[in-house]
Formats: sequence, C-alpha cells, structure tokens
Amino acid sequence: MFNQDSWQEIFETIRKNKLRTFLSGFTVALGIFIFIILFGFGNGLKNSFQEFFLDDATNTMFIFAGKTSEPYKGFKANRRIEFTNDDLREIKDNFPFFLEYITPRISRRASVRYKNEFDNYTTRGVGPDHQYAEKTIMMKGRYVNELDVKNKSKHAVIGRLVARDLFKQEDPLGKFINVGNSVFKVVGVFQDEGGDNEERFVYIPYTTRQSLEKGNDKIDQMIVAFRPELGHKGSLAFERQLRVFLKEKKVIAPKDPNGIFIRNIADNIKQNQEFANVLQLIVTFVGLGTLIAGIIGISNIMVFVVKERTKELGVRKALGATPKSVIQMILQESIFITTISGYVGMALGVFLLKNINETLEDYFIKNPYIDISTALFATLILIIFGGIAGYIPAKRAASIKPIVALRDE
Amino acid sequence: MIQIKDLHKSYKMGSSSLHVLKGINLTVEEGELVAIMGSSGSGKSTLLNIIGMLDLLDDGSYELDNVLIKDLDETKAAKYRNKFLGFIFQSFNLINYKTAVENVSLPLYYQGMKRAERQEKALKYLTSVGLLDWATHLPSELSGGQKQRVAIARAMASEPKLLLADEPTGALDTQTSNEVMDLIQKINQEGKTILVVTHEEDIAQMCKRIIRLKDGVIVEDTEVNQVLATQYV
Repeated sequence: MFNQDSWQEIFETIRKNKLRTFLSGFTVALGIFIFIILFGFGNGLKNSFQEFFLDDATNTMFIFAGKTSEPYKGFKANRRIEFTNDDLREIKDNFPFFLEYITPRISRRASVRYKNEFDNYTTRGVGPDHQYAEKTIMMKGRYVNELDVKNKSKHAVIGRLVARDLFKQEDPLGKFINVGNSVFKVVGVFQDEGGDNEERFVYIPYTTRQSLEKGNDKIDQMIVAFRPELGHKGSLAFERQLRVFLKEKKVIAPKDPNGIFIRNIADNIKQNQEFANVLQLIVTFVGLGTLIAGIIGISNIMVFVVKERTKELGVRKALGATPKSVIQMILQESIFITTISGYVGMALGVFLLKNINETLEDYFIKNPYIDISTALFATLILIIFGGIAGYIPAKRAASIKPIVALRDE
Repeated sequence: MIQIKDLHKSYKMGSSSLHVLKGINLTVEEGELVAIMGSSGSGKSTLLNIIGMLDLLDDGSYELDNVLIKDLDETKAAKYRNKFLGFIFQSFNLINYKTAVENVSLPLYYQGMKRAERQEKALKYLTSVGLLDWATHLPSELSGGQKQRVAIARAMASEPKLLLADEPTGALDTQTSNEVMDLIQKINQEGKTILVVTHEEDIAQMCKRIIRLKDGVIVEDTEVNQVLATQYV
C-alpha cells in the first residue's frame, strides 16, 4: 500500500497546502525543540549544582575544637579544647578499621609577596592527605609530602590564582616567596574545581606552621576520611565512636554538646543528593509537561486538519476511495510531517544546546545537554502520538457517510 | 440497467422517524436519460443517493447492471461506486487544491491506474468537454460552467455504467445550464445511461423520460419528446 503513487499523492497534498503543513510541522518542531532546550537547561542546572556542592571528597568528617559548656571531673566549664599532633597519631592508631586517612589543617591569614607583587591570602598548614580531602588537582610540581612534614621544610604549594596574581607570566616553580616574615620555596601550583576562592590558598606543611608559631604542636582542625565502602551508616558509627574517644581523651562530659564538633560531609552529601534528586524530578516533570503540551498541540492541529478536509474526503469517497485508503492517506501524511519536523526540531534544539555550552554559566546553567537517546525517545513519542492524534479523527472522517461529508460546507 | 423493487427508506429524527421513500418501483434501461423531478422533500435526492450507494436502503431490492446491491459496507460501496458510477453535483465538489486534470484523474487513482496512464486519460476527457487548455488551472480560476464540465469529465473518466447528476445546473445561469445539458445529452447519445435530479421543468424536458416524485412515491412516469439543448447554445 505504501507505493510510490500514494507518496506522490501525499507530496502533492503537502505542496499545495503549505500553510496547513507548516502549522502542524511547526507545532511538532516547536514542541520537541522546547522539550530539548528545557531538559538540557535542567541538566545544566544539575551540573552547576554538582559543581557547587559535590566538589570535595564525600567520605570526610571535619573535627573542630571549641569551649566546653559543662564542668567535668574537676575541670570547670568554658574550658578551651585544643587538638595536638598527639591526637592525630592516636586516632590513626585506634581506628585502623574505619580510617582511610587523617590530615590536620591550620588556617592563617598571611601577606604573601613575590618581588614587588603582594596580597593577603589564607595559608593552610596541612598534611599530604589533605590533597584528597579537597580533591586538589596539581597543575605543576607536587603537593606537600611526608618528607616536608618530617623536615618542617619551608615549601609552599600555591593556587592557580595566587600564581597568576604574583607571578604573572613567570613560572613560579622553584621561586621563593615571602609568607609573613618567612621565605618559602614554591614546589607546586594547583587548581580546584570548587571555584575561584579555592584557588587562592597557599598550602604549607603543618609542622612548618607549628614551628613558625614557637614550635608548639597545636592543630586547628582535623579532617578524617573513612573508608568509602562503610557507607553512610558506617560513617555514622565511626562518628559516634570518634566522639566518645575524643571526649574521653580531652576529659569532656559525655553529655556536653560543645567542646568538640564533628561535621560529617556524608550528611551534607545525603541532603545535597536529595536536593539533586528533587531537581531531577522537576526537570523530568517540566520535560513531560512540555511533551504533553506538544502532543495536545498536534492533536488539535490534526482534528482541525481532518475537519477542514471533511468535504474533500467525502468527494474522494464518492469517487471510490475506501475508508482504509482515506485513513492511510491522512496517517501517512501526518506521520511524514511529524517525523520530518520532529527531527528538525530535535536537531535545532541539540544544536542550540551544544552552542550554549558555557555562555549561561552566570545563570547557573553549565554545559546543558540532553543525551541523544532521551531526545530520540521524546521525538518518537511525539511522532507516535501525532499518529494516534491523526488516526482518531481520520477514522471518524472515514466512517462518515459520503453523503454527510459532501453536505459539509 | 437499474431495477428497483418496493424500495423503502426512512430517517430517524430523534424519537420519531421520517418515512421518505414509500415503496418505489423503478426500472431504467441502458441508454436512457431520465429526469427525476419533485418538490423539495419529495425524496428525489434520497432516491439518487441510494442509487449512487451514498446511502443505504431500509427495505426492498436494488439491482445495478444485474448485480444485487446489498449488505454494503463502506469499503464495498466505495469499490462499486468507483466501478459503476459517476457523480455530478450541484456544487461541483472539485478538490480546490488540485488542478482540473488532477481532479479528473482522481477516480482513476482509486482504480489503481498508473500515473502516466491516468494523465493521458484525464486529458482525453478534458478534451471531450472542451477544456484541454484549462487542464493546469485550479478550480478557483474556472467559471461555474467550466467547473461543472470538469466535474462531468471527472465523472466520465472512470467510464462508469451510470452517470448520476444531482441538480447539475442548480448553481448555473440559463446559458451555462444549456451548455452543460448539451454536454449531458451528447454523452447520452453515445450510449451512457444518465439520471438527472432537477426541479427545473425546462431541464427535465431536455431528458427522454420524466419521473415525478411526491411524498415518497412515484406519481408520474412519462416519456417525453426531448428538447435538444444544442439549439440554445
């Protein structure tokens, strides 16, 4: 039945009813185009979100010290708790089952100078494993290593933007910078996906920082990473045991809510993941809504087209067209138009998304994309529903007695 | 050609039913040119529609060219219409986005004829109604008389056994009416059986036989001396 002749008949109809063809084609193309753009933007939003919240390692806990709020075992309340290198070692020794790595962090603001360029930056005294906690990416040279920590070497690893500000075009590796009143040798330059602020840090060995501060062994905070295979539940157990252990060691009342604070990233991650899921749900919902609007659009057009052609169909039937040939003609035409315009709309949408790329990053839409299978599937759905939307009125028109159809003015 | 026995037809109008044809008996031989007359509501169009298989009969029998027409579904009716019948309508019913020649070749398309053959045959019939020069024009570019001649060519193209004309001159002025009737008479003279529904007396007088309907029954069936339309053209 799908012979050359029926195609010729359809092409003729399409060619001579340009407005009608354009309208139905445009509806389909627009529907799929908007679907792809919205879906792509949704994905872009998700990308931005992931960049904001999910750039650091997800299996870490931050441990801070504070002031106690309850008297305990002869100590009065309001006592300041401080961590020392000793605590690092003991956690390492006591929790081998849970622990992946542990690193201290000592943050200090300092003026950093190279030749005539200087500015204030945050320096962080860290251990080698800090690199994993922050997911720091080395661009040049190396990160702080065990030897640096052991020798208290005056080695610094500077952020990409620090290097740009102070060194301009110069290669910073092996150059000497002033951090506060001390001279450090630059051994590495890093970048971080967490954004500009994260690239304005200067990392130095924590032991070096301690020796600069009169040789003490104090630590601001500790970053503890648990084995990822423990999962969220395992991390909670670890957190609980760690809290008990530290409170006992620092002689803090077990019920004292202050003194030691543990921030479990896994908790944040879980919340953020839930938020990302909600975002995904919204994206899907918007996509489905657009698709349904598109389907309704085509249905309307098809009803209108068939209505407009009622008389013509009556004439055709009087001249010997069977109901089957009438339905086939309308279906073939509508599927042909929806297929062509559907793919045109899809191609335009995908093309636009590809070109948007980074340009909408200020609006939190980063790398909008749609995977090709989703795009094809949506287009196919629209074509199928376009077919169904055409079939129902076509079937009705085909079953109208020609005498009734002929009377239609 | 046509044998109709005790034909009944009624339409349901809500709860009541309207009995339109109340026992029609009619025989038409091959080569006849019959006018069916009657005031509106007399059932003449219903009769034509049943003969044309555009509508179904309730009771009685109808034979066309010795084929009993019954149990018609739409597909079967479409095939019979295509094979046996040619229609000429008052409002021409040309497809407005198709040119004259495309309109004429449409019934041939539904006969499954090849494109080139269709084209050739359609041009032949357009020539026979004197419109070869207008073959590639759209209906909107034609006058009323020309449109009806295209419609006649279309009805003739499938080479039907029977031509049915429903008020063929209803939308035309006298001069054009005469031209169209002249054409119909000529087709009849070549041996084609034609039924013309009309309410105009002078058009009826141009046929060979007049059947008058009133309230769903035949009240008069007379042979007439045919007035040739040629003299007015």
